[in-house]
Amino acid sequence: MAENTNSSNSHLDYHKQKKKDEMKQQVITFALMIIFTIIAFGMVTSGLDKLFVVPILLLLAVVQVGFQLYYFMHMSHKGHELPSLMMYGGAAVAFLTVLTMVVLVWW
Amino acid sequence: MSDEHTLNPEIMPEEPEKATLEGRNKFLGFWFFLGGETVLFASLFGTYLALKGSNNGGPTADELFGLELVFIMTMLLLTSSLTSVYAIYHMKNNDFKKMQLWLGITVILGLAFLGCELYEFTEYILHEDFTFRSSAFGSAFYTLVGFHGGHVLFGLLWIVTLMARNAKRGLNLYNAPKFYVASLYWHFIDVVWVFIFTVVYLMGVI
Repeated sequence: MAENTNSSNSHLDYHKQKKKDEMKQQVITFALMIIFTIIAFGMVTSGLDKLFVVPILLLLAVVQVGFQLYYFMHMSHKGHELPSLMMYGGAAVAFLTVLTMVVLVWW
Repeated sequence: MSDEHTLNPEIMPEEPEKATLEGRNKFLGFWFFLGGETVLFASLFGTYLALKGSNNGGPTADELFGLELVFIMTMLLLTSSLTSVYAIYHMKNNDFKKMQLWLGITVILGLAFLGCELYEFTEYILHEDFTFRSSAFGSAFYTLVGFHGGHVLFGLLWIVTLMARNAKRGLNLYNAPKFYVASLYWHFIDVVWVFIFTVVYLMGVI
């Protein structure tokens, strides 16, 4: 009986520690997102060439959104196959939608 | 019902949001909804990109937008995303009071964001003569950014309602998925904002 309680306690501690570690990881993610945002704003105010800055801005945005989805919204956890399908499906349709509208106007 | 479902750290499931069938259904259904929202916002972004040059003699994007306020708004929303992560962290540790506290901080940051956005819009309307009707650029801008602002408002009302409704109930397996899903919605609002500050504001002034 005593052993049982012990093992369930260490099991509990293990999960608590796991959650703590994940929280630490999420704070690091947050710091990276802040840095990315500062780089993005900094590049625009520094007056660099537009053709050079715009692709980097879009790349920074995509990486930041990936952080948000995979770490803050836990898509990196198990059991997120259908959510991934929905988000990637949504992103693919989103890309086509934006491409279509932009091409229609710029043609 | 809530008595037997009240969480107790000893028997706390690892993922309280998915411990019941109803919770799992909410979780899946909500991600499906977010996939749809992605497409919806894409059509607004596409419209904005297509029409942003049509300013009808009014102010253009680089004349209109200032980056200081947008930077503050970005920091507010990004920080509120982290505070809702803290709220879910405490939910998983079955600490209801701390969860409510961090949700409260999230709401305050969200309100500050909304205040900044209202200030920005009134400045444009009263001093820059840039309205929903002044040009196609104006219509596309207010539809996209305003629709995001509407999401922020809805998210705030949602979180405040959950906090008030469950204030005396505490945390249980019935409402844990509700809190979890609301936090997903709040993160998604920040996802959309990342593209708004990049595509509308940063690419607008460059």
